[in-house]
Amino acid sequence: MIEAVGLTKRYGDKTAVYNLSFQVRPGAVTGFLGPNGSGKSTTMRMILGLDNPTAGHVTICGHPYDKLPNAPRQVGALLDAKAVHGGRSARNHLLSLAQLSGIPARRVDEVLGVVGLHEVAGRRSKGFSLGMGQRLGIAAALLGDPQVLLFDEPVNGLDPEGILWVRNLMKSLAAEGRTVFVSSHLMSEMALTADHLIVIGRGQLMADMSVKDFISHNSADFARVRTPDSEPQQREKLSAAITEAGGHVLPEQDGALRVTGLPLPRISDLAHDHDVRLWELSPHQASLEEAYMRMTQGAVDYRSTTDQKEGLQQPLPPGAQPPMPVPGQGQPGWYAPPPPQQGGQPFAPPQAAPAGPYGAPAAPASAPAAPVANPYAQPPQAPQSAPQPAPSAEPTKSEDAR
Amino acid sequence: MSTPPPPMPHSAAPEWPAAPGAAPSAPAYPTYTSPIPVVRTHLGHALASEWTKIRSVRSTMWTLGVLVALVVGIGLLTGLVIAGSDPDLAGESPLSLGFFGLLLGSMCLITLGVLTTASEYGTGMIRTTMVACPSRGRVLAAKALVFFLVAFVVTVVCASVVGLLHMSLLEEYNAAEPSVEEWLKGTVGISLYLALLGTLSLAVGSIVRHSAGAITIMIALVLAPLVIAMFMFSPSLADVQQALFEYSIPNQMSVFYSTSLSESGPSGWDPLWIMLVVTGAALAFAFTLLRKRDV
Repeated sequence: MIEAVGLTKRYGDKTAVYNLSFQVRPGAVTGFLGPNGSGKSTTMRMILGLDNPTAGHVTICGHPYDKLPNAPRQVGALLDAKAVHGGRSARNHLLSLAQLSGIPARRVDEVLGVVGLHEVAGRRSKGFSLGMGQRLGIAAALLGDPQVLLFDEPVNGLDPEGILWVRNLMKSLAAEGRTVFVSSHLMSEMALTADHLIVIGRGQLMADMSVKDFISHNSADFARVRTPDSEPQQREKLSAAITEAGGHVLPEQDGALRVTGLPLPRISDLAHDHDVRLWELSPHQASLEEAYMRMTQGAVDYRSTTDQKEGLQQPLPPGAQPPMPVPGQGQPGWYAPPPPQQGGQPFAPPQAAPAGPYGAPAAPASAPAAPVANPYAQPPQAPQSAPQPAPSAEPTKSEDAR
Repeated sequence: MSTPPPPMPHSAAPEWPAAPGAAPSAPAYPTYTSPIPVVRTHLGHALASEWTKIRSVRSTMWTLGVLVALVVGIGLLTGLVIAGSDPDLAGESPLSLGFFGLLLGSMCLITLGVLTTASEYGTGMIRTTMVACPSRGRVLAAKALVFFLVAFVVTVVCASVVGLLHMSLLEEYNAAEPSVEEWLKGTVGISLYLALLGTLSLAVGSIVRHSAGAITIMIALVLAPLVIAMFMFSPSLADVQQALFEYSIPNQMSVFYSTSLSESGPSGWDPLWIMLVVTGAALAFAFTLLRKRDV
């Protein structure tokens, strides 16, 4: 059980963590999410007593970390896999930690076996790969057989087999009744591993809820409706009918419609009433990643901008339009790209890129608006979305977010 | 829509998957209890851990190896050269020849002392250590003790070997038979002094938390007073110059062989007490900083 109350940390002018209160309960894997620089590691360091909070306090099982009797027997942590002396062998590294907290030396060989490093136990950790270093860090966290475990980015550098192993390890640790608190950037990984989520952005709590609730709170589920490609007027008819019935219709790049606000049977009824044939009517639930991106996009500290290459660029020939930027981060109104299997084209088609970043005259607006592969990319409400690059992906998502 | 619900941990409690229907109070949750017995830790555990650490890195073997090579090698060389020149030592103590080797060897002890603490900051190991032992003072105390003992034992063995070597090489050239106190000062005394110098480096390493910086500071501390004094030509600075000479670390070391560069400054066991006070103060400062700073 980890309990933070009003946790605040300032480094000079910069507030890394502000008024953070949360509880991490035993028996479940709690994911800790946030963009880079949002204060995840600072929070973990304060939990472990490495940093003193500017205000507030955090306790583990009711005690501040440094007041715990034999802290490493109650709390194990992987903060930074590279936080080892590279000149020491894996076994000696763990042995020194074991001796420090009165853990029997044979436990060292046990955890080396658990993480699969027993064969390289005598080698200096300097020569370890990223994944091996991560395993050594996990071994150090497990050494004291503690009831509270903290992992900061545990799957960094692990191969798929290693990721699966960590996932199962976390779950089995939680199933034994331990408190498992894991930070990660890998949303898909969190969706599979975590039961509960704590999300922070710019050092403040943004969400504290179960994974299921998080997804449904932060993303609009929608239905994808496809009418026959050959009859665009049918699609317009259906759009009008759905809007009339109170639903929201958003065109997708490939001609499908994204409908929110109406249940599937109602859409089907509407189509039937208006004599529109349907080629597709499918429910879609947003991924954790999408929900996360939508929630945290306002709290991202380090956002990339488009590389303008100003000064290197030749002046555009008269009449030519400046190249359209690739839709992506750094632009207002950008939202998480939909997962590829949902049919949306996540990024601008590659043809858009050579359309003249170095001043080659580009056919105005042709590059983003007319991907060769798809003749139906032009959405029906052309005037509304024409000035946008990658017309369908963007407005779709932004409306979605409301 | 994208606004998260207010952070109210209790509101989420009923939905908590692992505790269906459980009351939101803490004891209702299952907890894990390790089968491995939990012991109360003390300084002894930290000492064992630091001993494992210091013996399991190559820098220890290298610095101590170079120390032994320097002290014994230079001692042997000076002994052989003097014996070869067929001198009349006129009752001088042969122990004083060990001074040159130990003066150079002190650099090794400084390096090892600094590395004992600062290398943990350089590699990030300190965070792992401090998580494993939240009593930060205990870690520093264990480091200082383990290092001090290792440095003392190695130095005293080297100094004794060199002393005996010089005795056997030079006794036919009219060298004096050293008294018990001379033996004590020339081996145990100088070794305690050097081990303290190394412990001072350890404290400096913990204060500046940077290996190269701390080693530079310590080497400057050893050499600078002599170098600065050398350029004090003005007669008005004569007193300062004299003091710098007398209290410079090489001169303090030579006091243990009663061959001080000057007759007025520290004498007898004085250098040991001086170094004890300086090291104690540096360690106290390091303890205070360690407790106050974020790791």
